[in-house]
Amino acid sequence: MAAVTIGHDDHHDDHHEHAPEIPYPVQLRSNRVGLWLFCISEIFLFAGLLAARFYLWRVSPDMVASHPAYEVEVGEILRPELSQTVGFITTAMLLVSSYYMVRAEVAAEHGHRGRMVRSLWVTFVLGLLFLLGVVIIEWGTMPELAQAITGHSPIRPTDGVFGAVLFAMTGMHAIHVTTGLIFILILIGNSRKGWYQPGRTWGVEACAIYWHYVDVVWIFFYPALYLIGTVWH
Amino acid sequence: MVKAIVNFSHSKFARSFYAAFAGAALTWLLLSVAFLALNWIVDLADIAAPENAVALQGTVRLILAVLMGILGFIAGSGVLNGLWIGRFLYYAGRTALVRGLFGQGLVFAIVYFLMRDVRTIPEIESGVTQASGEAAIVLGALLSTFGFLWFSGVMTDWTLQMFGHHTELKHGGPPGEPEWLRYFNIDVNHKVIGIQYGVTGILVLLLGGALAILFRLELAFPGMQLFSTDDYNTLFSAHGMIMIAAVFLGVGALINYLAPVMIGAADMAFPRLNAFSYWIGVPAAVMLVGGMILGWDTGWVGYPPHSSSTQMLGVVLFLMGFYMNGFASIASAINLLVTVVTMRAKGMNYWRMPIFVWTAIATSIMQFSATQTVGVALSMVLLQRTMGMNFFDPSTVPPGDPVLYQHLFWFYSHPAVYVWVVPGFGLISELLPVFARKPLYGYKWVAMSSIGIALVGFIVWAHHMFTAGMPDTLRYIFMVSTMFVGIPTGVKFFSWLGTIWGGKMIYPTPMLFILGSISVFLLGGLSGPILATIPTDLHLHDSYWVVGHFHATIFGGFVFPFFGALYYWYPKITGRMYNEWLGKLHFWLMLPAFWVMSIGQMVVGLRGMRRRIADYDPALNLDFTHSLITIATLVIGWSVLIMIYNLWTSARSKELAPENPWGSRSPEWLAPSPLPEFNYLSPIEIIGEPYEYGKDEEEIYARPIPAIGD
Ligand code: HEM
Ligand SMILES: [Cu+2]
Repeated sequence: MAAVTIGHDDHHDDHHEHAPEIPYPVQLRSNRVGLWLFCISEIFLFAGLLAARFYLWRVSPDMVASHPAYEVEVGEILRPELSQTVGFITTAMLLVSSYYMVRAEVAAEHGHRGRMVRSLWVTFVLGLLFLLGVVIIEWGTMPELAQAITGHSPIRPTDGVFGAVLFAMTGMHAIHVTTGLIFILILIGNSRKGWYQPGRTWGVEACAIYWHYVDVVWIFFYPALYLIGTVWH
Repeated sequence: MVKAIVNFSHSKFARSFYAAFAGAALTWLLLSVAFLALNWIVDLADIAAPENAVALQGTVRLILAVLMGILGFIAGSGVLNGLWIGRFLYYAGRTALVRGLFGQGLVFAIVYFLMRDVRTIPEIESGVTQASGEAAIVLGALLSTFGFLWFSGVMTDWTLQMFGHHTELKHGGPPGEPEWLRYFNIDVNHKVIGIQYGVTGILVLLLGGALAILFRLELAFPGMQLFSTDDYNTLFSAHGMIMIAAVFLGVGALINYLAPVMIGAADMAFPRLNAFSYWIGVPAAVMLVGGMILGWDTGWVGYPPHSSSTQMLGVVLFLMGFYMNGFASIASAINLLVTVVTMRAKGMNYWRMPIFVWTAIATSIMQFSATQTVGVALSMVLLQRTMGMNFFDPSTVPPGDPVLYQHLFWFYSHPAVYVWVVPGFGLISELLPVFARKPLYGYKWVAMSSIGIALVGFIVWAHHMFTAGMPDTLRYIFMVSTMFVGIPTGVKFFSWLGTIWGGKMIYPTPMLFILGSISVFLLGGLSGPILATIPTDLHLHDSYWVVGHFHATIFGGFVFPFFGALYYWYPKITGRMYNEWLGKLHFWLMLPAFWVMSIGQMVVGLRGMRRRIADYDPALNLDFTHSLITIATLVIGWSVLIMIYNLWTSARSKELAPENPWGSRSPEWLAPSPLPEFNYLSPIEIIGEPYEYGKDEEEIYARPIPAIGD
């Protein structure tokens, strides 16, 4: 390493000029392209999980042989028994939260700091409720409560491929929701310090894109987990 | 609060402390390796070691480490700078590397200590009462990555921003310290990062090469001479993964150093993210080496059910290290794509970019997307091992399926093998016109063929799984799709031939490596379709033929062009010229040795040698070929050492290299060598075509933007 640097020594010193200024519009464009590429990249993550779901939650030939009582065909798509109510309510909350995120973004662009912060808080609370719905009820972190609400005992991660894929998908999504929530808190904190003036709202825009993105992912996950396929008992 | 922590970590005390850590840890490490080697030799030679030898070694190691720690603490203040060891420790305490490693070790130790009695869920379910420590290792490895990142300081700016501080991008070396220290610290300059990648890559290459030589010695003769079978398994697994890491580092070096200059930019679009991509590789590498120490026997592919059930715990560190490397791939690929989209110089439209940039784009397209699916596969194995979540065990209803892993794994890893070669193709296309003094034949076709390879690369993955029990229809589909790769690859070969055809060729070292790489890749490329044909693959799968195939593709596609690039851009990077005679010696040793090695591997494969096996039946009559391969490996190893000697000593020569030694048209040669902090002294513009070699000298490609009124 040192060998390579020797050359640098005698040269760099006389060129300690400032970095060429990158104009804000160029930087903004870079940020946007970068974030969208990140979203595309994550499509492959969630698609991988969805692929696992459709690959594993299927009727295999052995199952037909050993479960003659069921009228199932090889290759038929299955799903575990989950509470439709819980799924519907949590999904609805996440969707509504996106609406408030849009409000926050518009408010930021118009310089209405108060309205922006209020909308962010609503988004935050709805997102948090979604997260708690998944973590406490769907995951059965409080088994009695989950049982009382859903009427059946919660599925465990060790419950075969159903538990495994369910927890992997909801878990990966929950990690993204959590980072989104942290992002929102950072926005709220930094807006107190006068960040995100009109024309410089990239932070809010980024958070909004991310939040909507996580929301859209759930729009694919929700039917895959709750709606598609025959319930397997 | 955050600011206070940051300030403390740069205080005098903290620096002394890190110097102490560096001294102690390095001593511990070196002595451990030395004792390991000693015990191994004693064991092989059947010398009766004294009974308490191991305990004694432990005491010696502890005492010396403590002493060196104390010495480091004193040296950290700078009072011992008169001694080389004092200077070493003084500067060590001032590097992000040491800070990060300390953070990683600290976090790992805390987590491990707290969690060591926690059992994994499969352990609980099967009634094991004594925890193996696997749960602690997994969580410790995960969190220790953050330990590294925060202590090293890669995340400092972002963390400060989260708490509402404005942070400015700091350029140049650490104030008041020698310039070279920036290479061991967090630095945002793409050239510094490129060199960091490159030097790390070469070191990792040497480590992986050393492992290969060890197990090649074992294979030179039938019967087991040097290692236990478990050790052999660990060695080849670690060799594979470490070499792959080295190739990624080398690709990172090329792209980071070259791409921004070539498009006329001052830096990457996201300099901090760039530093992050490099530095997260360090904790990942630590995990891989840790996995090697614990032992891991799954090979680099880590297929379940073996990886999800093996008792060799190094496998979890391997999975974790592989996973963390993924962040680096994704982040740096996004960074490159954005840089190309938004940071090109005036006049640098897409069809006028140096052709290497096109291959960087193709590479990044594969890296930023496909990497995610291998992450899914790896984390599934980790989840199955620690949480008992069943993805791969077919005993449940509905059944898990190990083939799922192979799909997710190869959906990434097939494009990944193209990541290793496409930048190399770019180098070939970049350098041939310079040394043949002729335009690159079919620029647009070559540019598009890189993208074509990337796209076709996404639909061929299951050719690795012909014997895995897939439906027949799928096998045919993937056989045919694999053959399609030949089209864009063929375009490249014809372009290279067309460029050479009738050229006025000269043969300095870089050109030799480029021509050598074409010959070697041809060998790899021709052995591929034989594997992609189902009936032949049924025989050749899991044989040494596959080993010969991929070594030829990777050496032809990456190693040879990379070495060529090192020689070619050496005067750009250092401002000095390498020694031509030594360079040629390196080439003429390495090329024939490689041919012997690779063809030898294919031959033993055809004659029944399986891969990933420590021993073979003497009746197969393979001894001679195997010995020959081992000798060839040693020659390759020596030739690489010659290169390192050459590059090292030439950097110290007084004589400066000519400004544009190869007569290249590429814009990076307009700037002084070594490149200044922000590349071009004044912005450049592109006014012509890139590869008009051997034509009218007036046809300029790039020039500094003339001042107004000029
Ligand atoms: C010319 C086009 C190529 C074709 C048709 C091809 C085909 C194949 C096939 C069918 C296999 C599976 C063999 C088996 O396991 O039975 C294979 C393995 C492999 N190929 Fe290629 N290949 C090509 C180019 C490349 C390139 C450019 C690389 C780049 C480095 C590469 C690297 C590898 C590696 C690393 C493996 C072994 C993976 C493992 O099992 O560990 N191949 N190739
Ligand atoms: Cu492949």
